[in-house]
Amino acid sequence: MSTEFLTDGIDLVAVLLLGLGIKGLSKVRSARGANQLAAVAMGLAVLGLLIQIRPGPMAWLWIAAGTAAGGLAGVITALKVPMTAMPEVVALFNGCGGLASLLVAVGVALFDSEGADMVALVSIAISVFVGAITFSGSIVAMAKLQGWLSTPAWTQSSLRHVVNISLAVAALVGAVLLPGDPSGLPLWLLVISSSLLGVGVTLPIGGADMPVVISLLNSYSGVAAAAAGFVVGSQLLIVAGAMVGAAGLILTQVMCTAMNRSLLSVLFGGALGASALAGGGGSGGETGYSRITSCSPEECAMALEQAERVVFVPGYGLAVAQAQHALRELAKLLENHGVEVSYAIHPVAGRMPGHMNVLLAEADVPYEQLLEMDTINPEFPRTDVVIVLGANDVVNPDAKSDPTSPLYGMPVLEVDQARQVFVVKRSLGAGYSGISNALFERPQTAMVFGDAKAVLTGLLSELRSMGVGKVKVGV
Amino acid sequence: MSALSQALWVLLLGSLLGLELIGKVPPTLHTPLMSGANAISGITVLASLTLIQKAGDNQALLLIGALSLGFALYNVVGGFLITDRMLAMFRRKGDN
Repeated sequence: MSTEFLTDGIDLVAVLLLGLGIKGLSKVRSARGANQLAAVAMGLAVLGLLIQIRPGPMAWLWIAAGTAAGGLAGVITALKVPMTAMPEVVALFNGCGGLASLLVAVGVALFDSEGADMVALVSIAISVFVGAITFSGSIVAMAKLQGWLSTPAWTQSSLRHVVNISLAVAALVGAVLLPGDPSGLPLWLLVISSSLLGVGVTLPIGGADMPVVISLLNSYSGVAAAAAGFVVGSQLLIVAGAMVGAAGLILTQVMCTAMNRSLLSVLFGGALGASALAGGGGSGGETGYSRITSCSPEECAMALEQAERVVFVPGYGLAVAQAQHALRELAKLLENHGVEVSYAIHPVAGRMPGHMNVLLAEADVPYEQLLEMDTINPEFPRTDVVIVLGANDVVNPDAKSDPTSPLYGMPVLEVDQARQVFVVKRSLGAGYSGISNALFERPQTAMVFGDAKAVLTGLLSELRSMGVGKVKVGV
Repeated sequence: MSALSQALWVLLLGSLLGLELIGKVPPTLHTPLMSGANAISGITVLASLTLIQKAGDNQALLLIGALSLGFALYNVVGGFLITDRMLAMFRRKGDN
């Protein structure tokens, strides 16, 4: 009795801390502490369970093996992975969480289903279904973000709806037949069709929408955990899974709003801009632009030297080129020269909302200089020079003025209001969404072709040779 | 109250709590919040541990349980650590 009292108490404290952790993670000031709090809560929950179930020697052996392998791999992945690869890694972790719930349900179905009641069997079916979708969907999301998988043409036709509906029906049949024969054919039908369904729904979605999908799959993994809680009869698991599932759904909605996309169109609309691609243009092609001005880093440096106010717009290209440190150095040089420097951060800059903040913080850019879209937009008309570094769709003026553009309505950084705009880009290839950018043809815009890091390094040496940043002597 | 209806109450209240916990999130925090919530969803470690305990001498089930524990812990440990790594960069000047 007293043990039960103790473990119940530990469970309650764990739930409380997990809730406070999720809440605290939504405020900048408290986020880091909240994450640590949630980690402590997780440790408490595991401790409470171990006290409760008192594993035997054989169980301890297997627990130690699983803990060593998973824990070590987790530490290595978390510490080694570059910050630019963050979206893929979150997807990978999430997929593994889904796989864990799937394995628990399959294990119980195969070996421990004698005498299982209807509730347990339904829970197994749900856990397998959601766990499998979370797993395969997350792995596909990761592979697409890594560039290992592209978007096959058939997934952009209505054929994919036929395929996905068939898979869903097959999964449903498996789930309905499961209680009659928990360890037989229906289980495998459910496992396979759910896994394929996860692939089928994730594959058509374009790279720009992938963060929303990962967030949604994250919500699913909470649901899978809650279902696993029903399978093994753990209330703590049910409540924690439900909390993450619901909070993940809200976060998905918040992210959709920031990207001006509706969840339904993300899930069922296919890749953004895919139709524009099919209609000509082509990815990486240089067609479609007629009035492009390009210039050398030297000309760009001269404009910077004259400017009083400079705004940098960092995008994914900057992250790929690992140029955040070179950017920081250039900004410092300009500041020493008396130029007012700030960074305009679009909510979806980088590859995930908030990703660019992480990358720039890593390069020691002062937090105060990172300005969000609503703050910086009114400032562009009094800005002398804007330098766009590897960003594309988030500065496309068509999003405001051209109702036929697929981007129409998306909030963008209004850099076209500035006196002079330099766009640093490797080529005229289309952006993440595959849509051409009217900004490139504006009279005040000049393209500086090249890798972001190479261009920034070039600018630095040009400015230094002009004597910028040195203490002025005489004159 | 039966165990089932009790579990359903827990599910309902947990979901409502989750809906209320996050209101406005600054875009800066979308990535860390997603990653942190993702780590918490690895709480399915509890199910893995229970499965290992229930497995008794069944080697196949022990193996499935240990695999599941490994994957869940990979999610938990990696998720919390990488979130911490991200958030450590958000310190303001003079916060050290």
